[in-house]
Amino acid sequence: MSTPNPAATPSGSPPAAAPGGPLYVALTGNPNCGKTTVFNALTGLRAKVGNYAGVTVERKEGQLKNAPAATPITILDLPGTYSLSPKSLDEQISRDVLFHRLPDVPPPALVVVVVDASNLERNLYYATQVLELGYPTLVALNMMDVAAENGHEIDLVGLAARLGVPVLPLVASAHEGIDALRAAILRTVPALAQTPVAARNFCALPPLFTRAVGDLAARLDTLFPHHRTATPPEALLLLTDDQALLSAGAHYPAEIRTAVEQSRAQLTAAGLDWRTSAIEARYARLGEIHAATVHETAPEGITFSDRLDGLLTHKIWGLLIFVVLMALMFQSIFTFAKIPMDFLSAVVDGIGAHVGSLMAEGPLNDLLVNGVIKGVGAVVIFLPQILLLFLFISLLEDTGYMSRAAFLMDRMMSRVGLHGKSFIPMLSSFACAIPGIMATRTIESPKDRLVTILVAPLMSCSARLPVYTVLIAACIPDIHVLGFFKLTGLTMLAMYLLGIVVALLMAWLFKSTLLKGATPILIMELPPYKRPVLYITLRHMWDRSKLFLRRAGTVILGINILLWALATYPKDPTLAEKSFRDRNAVIQEAFPTITSPADLALKLAALQAPPPADAPPAATNSVETAVREKLELIDREEQGSKLRHSFAGRLGRLIEPAIAPLGFDWKMGIGIVASFAAREVFVSTMSVVYNIGDFDKSDTATSSLAKELQAQRHADGTPVYTTLVAVSLMVFYVFALQCVSTVAVVRRETNSWKWPLFQWAYMGALAWLLAFLTYQGGRLLGLG
Amino acid sequence: MPAVRQPLSALPLGTKGTVAEIQIPPESRGRLLEMGLLVGTSVELIRFAPLGDPIEIKVRGYHLTLRKHEADLILVQPAS
Repeated sequence: MSTPNPAATPSGSPPAAAPGGPLYVALTGNPNCGKTTVFNALTGLRAKVGNYAGVTVERKEGQLKNAPAATPITILDLPGTYSLSPKSLDEQISRDVLFHRLPDVPPPALVVVVVDASNLERNLYYATQVLELGYPTLVALNMMDVAAENGHEIDLVGLAARLGVPVLPLVASAHEGIDALRAAILRTVPALAQTPVAARNFCALPPLFTRAVGDLAARLDTLFPHHRTATPPEALLLLTDDQALLSAGAHYPAEIRTAVEQSRAQLTAAGLDWRTSAIEARYARLGEIHAATVHETAPEGITFSDRLDGLLTHKIWGLLIFVVLMALMFQSIFTFAKIPMDFLSAVVDGIGAHVGSLMAEGPLNDLLVNGVIKGVGAVVIFLPQILLLFLFISLLEDTGYMSRAAFLMDRMMSRVGLHGKSFIPMLSSFACAIPGIMATRTIESPKDRLVTILVAPLMSCSARLPVYTVLIAACIPDIHVLGFFKLTGLTMLAMYLLGIVVALLMAWLFKSTLLKGATPILIMELPPYKRPVLYITLRHMWDRSKLFLRRAGTVILGINILLWALATYPKDPTLAEKSFRDRNAVIQEAFPTITSPADLALKLAALQAPPPADAPPAATNSVETAVREKLELIDREEQGSKLRHSFAGRLGRLIEPAIAPLGFDWKMGIGIVASFAAREVFVSTMSVVYNIGDFDKSDTATSSLAKELQAQRHADGTPVYTTLVAVSLMVFYVFALQCVSTVAVVRRETNSWKWPLFQWAYMGALAWLLAFLTYQGGRLLGLG
Repeated sequence: MPAVRQPLSALPLGTKGTVAEIQIPPESRGRLLEMGLLVGTSVELIRFAPLGDPIEIKVRGYHLTLRKHEADLILVQPAS
């Protein structure tokens, strides 16, 4: 996120590649140049995906297929980059790898620059910057088919001569030219051992400027004698990029800073613009190269992509298609994901029951079943939504539609200071904030991404639904208003709207206070549409799920076990004894003939087992049924007393003074404490608190809990759950960050505890304040 | 021929112009230049987003999006 520089090495000496270890080949290029396709074709199905140390930038590497066993070659796929003057964390990583500033990434032995042949000039801007670094370099000229279709005929020999490195034509999507590229890599690599740093230059600068670059390069040579890249391009970047020094951490000593400032002052005094001169000089050279090597065989025409854009960004049709696509995406994570989610939770419950039945009852059994297995269930339950959302996001990105979606939505989002790309993460958060927050990686600007992460959980997610449903069923009168609107439905709608409005307000507030400062201007490429590749889509879904399981899953599991302990301990031994006595008393009363403890235990076991399905409805059974009901009541009372006695129960009482002004009592406090694991836990906890037993999510369970809530009375006989209390409680749940999984994912995605804690605190403060205003305001108005 | 400079977003849709001046502050226009939009570069206004902002332009053979606020600071000389 707004991290400074990800771990720049403080000293100048590069981390040497282990002798005999794998050789690193860096694959780099502009976004949308087909780099991922080239990477997949070179490495096959065995890529390894993780994060760069300390940041949330995807690190992707894989072994070059068919490399000789003696010289294994690792291909490192760098994030798409437009320039060596980074404007996003992704681009900064690319630059830092190429300048070998990341301690855990060996310096590349060879660089392969992927260039989009159909967009040659702009792609060569970055390619020539990389060439100047002096690495042994190959240029992979991809999308030759698109270039030919658009009427660009490229003189490959002429281009290679002008760039000074081999140029290999490719159509990576059709696997054309991949073998030649692989052969070129294998041919080049063995010769690398003693390759000197090559001197290449594509910027013809005025003499004064050239001298300034030379002087600074000489200083760098002295300071960093072990450099693996040419120093003139490094000096050029230091002189021309405002941020080059700032974003390099402690890499450069103060004397470089002084030298840079002096040189800039001299250049300015001589009437030279140190910011733009190099860019203009490079494009001037690229213009020459382009003119000399590209022959236009056809006049610029309307491409298929242009025609498709006419429809997809059309004032009416474009918006309509967008709405339909978003509705489909939302529907699938909100509704379709329910099916595998219910299945998964049934499987986890089944495993829990099975494991529970295999072991003797006791604390270990309880820990395994209710702590560990339930905790694992709490993690895997998110997989269907994550997989489905990333199916859509991957398709939207790979086809090129994502930037069109941002183009369509930017106006709306920019009103509150956000980016068009914030729309999809926010929308997804209505289903679940976890995949929504993970989807913010598509937002390049770190500030926009952070603001989106901070407000995304304010969207009412599906876990709030059971809370709203039960409270509305219990406390909102089922009447019609304004003719055909139901008050219950309107209340639900109001909760959703409340979340949206406050999210937008908070986004605006964060952008204008906490995360203020110059936002980079919106410059977004609209790449030509492409057909998505099934393998890449599946791979993307799988990688994201794996990252979630590995990184966030462990935290979620840990906190779930902790919350289980809070709700279980300390145990009150007298409780179990009392229940034991109560059960025996019930049985003895119904069956006076049973007296011995052994027989009592047997009868109890028989009664607690489910009744035989074919049992006739005889008179004896009605006695048994009555006994069964009494026993169940004892069980539920025991469950309830245990919870009330536990740490969670005590916490509920402890926080009562803090939540009393919101209209909540200590029992609701227990629900709030316990549902920190996940919001829907509130419902099942209240179920236990009020001795109704386990909540199974069915309609009957909802209505029986609702009835129980309605029946709750204060000491003076007034109802506990008035309409006002219910609304206040719902408002609390709209805002409070009652979800450890969100906290864990935000920790993961911002790579710090600072932001998730801040988020938890600000949302908690909002929840308290707005519930307070609701309850106290309502009372002032004479409601409740 | 007198120069009739106008903001980029005021070009008629589908017509080209040549960038004459970029009034975006130097410290924030770097990326724009790196993307190939320099004084003297030919640009075409393709369309406005359905909600009126941002705009889509074509430069050096590819498509780029800018917000109107910035596009208004790019002055172009319409092609005759």
